[in-house]
Amino acid sequence: MTAITQRLRRIDTNLLQLLLLTVLIFAGMAAMNPERFLRPYVFESITFIAPELGLLAIAMMVAMLTGGIDLSVIGIANLSCILAGMFFHAVGAPRGPDLVNLPLPMVAAGIGIALATGLIAGAVNGLLITRLRVTPILATIGTGQVFTGICLVLTGGPAVVGFPKLWGQIGNGTAFGIAVPLIVFLVVSALVWFLLTRTAFGINLALIGTNAKAATFAGLRTGRTVFFSYVLTGGLASIAGILLSGRTNAAKSDYGVSYLLQAVLISVLAGTNPAGGRGSVVGIGLALVALMLLSSGLQMMRFSNFLVDLIWGGFLLLSIALAAWRNRVR
Amino acid sequence: MSGLAVALRRHPELMVAAVLVLSVITIGLINPVFWQPSNIFSLLRASVITGILALAVLMVMLSGGIDVSFPAFAIAAMYLTVKAMIAWGFDGVLLPFAMATGIGVLLGLVNAVFVHYLRMIPLIVTLGTGTAVRGFILGVVGTSQINIDQMPPLLIGFARSELFSVTQADGSQAGLSAMVLVYAVIAVLVHLMLRHTMMGRSIYALGGGTEAARRVGFNVRRTTFFIYGLAGALAGFAGLLHGAMIWTANPRDMVGLELDVIAAVVLGGASIFGGRGSVIGTVLGVLTLVVITNSLIILGVDTTWQRVVVGLIVIAATAATAWRDRKRIA
Repeated sequence: MTAITQRLRRIDTNLLQLLLLTVLIFAGMAAMNPERFLRPYVFESITFIAPELGLLAIAMMVAMLTGGIDLSVIGIANLSCILAGMFFHAVGAPRGPDLVNLPLPMVAAGIGIALATGLIAGAVNGLLITRLRVTPILATIGTGQVFTGICLVLTGGPAVVGFPKLWGQIGNGTAFGIAVPLIVFLVVSALVWFLLTRTAFGINLALIGTNAKAATFAGLRTGRTVFFSYVLTGGLASIAGILLSGRTNAAKSDYGVSYLLQAVLISVLAGTNPAGGRGSVVGIGLALVALMLLSSGLQMMRFSNFLVDLIWGGFLLLSIALAAWRNRVR
Repeated sequence: MSGLAVALRRHPELMVAAVLVLSVITIGLINPVFWQPSNIFSLLRASVITGILALAVLMVMLSGGIDVSFPAFAIAAMYLTVKAMIAWGFDGVLLPFAMATGIGVLLGLVNAVFVHYLRMIPLIVTLGTGTAVRGFILGVVGTSQINIDQMPPLLIGFARSELFSVTQADGSQAGLSAMVLVYAVIAVLVHLMLRHTMMGRSIYALGGGTEAARRVGFNVRRTTFFIYGLAGALAGFAGLLHGAMIWTANPRDMVGLELDVIAAVVLGGASIFGGRGSVIGTVLGVLTLVVITNSLIILGVDTTWQRVVVGLIVIAATAATAWRDRKRIA
């Protein structure tokens, strides 16, 4: 008995609050709109749409762990899949049967291109932040503009439409009755969870975020660690880009712009401290579910996208107030 | 420390002034059309709105924060004011600008409440308020654009007034918009406030360190509310002026403008760590950004490159600022 209460006590109160919030939103939506909300289709569509946003939120959380932020994630995601798309269009005839039926090695090469783009873009951020000592906010605002700008220059504005069938499977397919994007999300977030909680790298990140000076004096190579955290962030953003372009069969320089606020919101709501030191993958998962339930419930009630934006923004402010209140109690 | 760094730390405006002179000379050599009065006047006119907004961002940056909500506030003030003028059948200049400025102040104070009482990072607060306000305007107030046939004539007439006009070589007339004077007056007022009032000193002190400012006896709460209130006021004023100058009130306008404005302020030598920056530097930064981005066309560069150029400017300027201040941070 005491073992159970001790275990319970060890669970973050923040996670319990999140769980409560999720249940409340679910119950509220179900009560207001039972016949339209309580359908398997609703939850099935969430499993396809939520993963890309979830990956961006995890990326944001990783940057926030050291007290930074990455405002270039959307630019990285779009650049990654535009480059992959242009590769596919170059090797297969545009929009012809060759493109749709590109073989697995070619698609794998495209994934490689997208991932490499994300890692390199993250490395650029990391170098600016650790070597040139530019603040993360401004460094990533600048690189975000450059990445989006490169997308514009490459495409001239319109979307790159048409991806191979196998690529589409990543965004739209199912395996064992489960959405492939969800599987990708679960695998990636499990890896990040392991990296952050069970390796020296993750512990060092949290230490640097709590007190960078103390971490330096403790002998940690803070520069290197922070650098790799931005490389990780870039990689996660490019995976989100792969899912997005796989789902929509297109890539464009201004896709997913509203995801930036939502990624920040989910990260903050999940209990990540934007000043650094605290953040958890499990929290991101819960906050993601809560907000996906909220937004699909609102869409069911025929709220316009603008009103949903208003509610997202309000929710971010509310979660700030909640966090402030929680810290005061402590 | 090298002599250049010392000179730059004493007179941060030198760097941006050098960049401005250099780019003006280069552009003028490549295409002499640049020196036509009509081009010079239109560049000055184009810097008015960005310039006033940049003064708002400068205030927040001096105190060590960053603001991304001002485009939404500007649009909210402009759209609500024009809507109200049409609804009440009112036309004029002073009262509408007072109303727009007032709306801006109220919204700015919301930011201040979150930043001061809830102690959240300004970037995340303003991300939330900006999204919520834009969602409110588009989702609740309306999405339709108000065109010139409905815009109040006196307001437009005011924005069309010119200081003087000259006859160009080809016989056409080129006039300098009187709004440049409005911008100059605001800039001088903000400059005097920052340099010669107690409030101005306390803004710099806050940027140097909140706790230090508090212990020296500055009223941190009053200063924070003043900063965000004034930033909101400038945004509201600039919003209505923007609508009057382009003869339309479009609630979807100014999306992404925050990046250009922040780029200009950073280019002007302001440090995101607070306490460093000046009105002169900011005015020069705005002019430089406007000259460079608006000259891409007469330089024969495709406009799709604009985002890349702005991004590179942000990165270069922040890297230079970080290099200038490197002793301070270490």
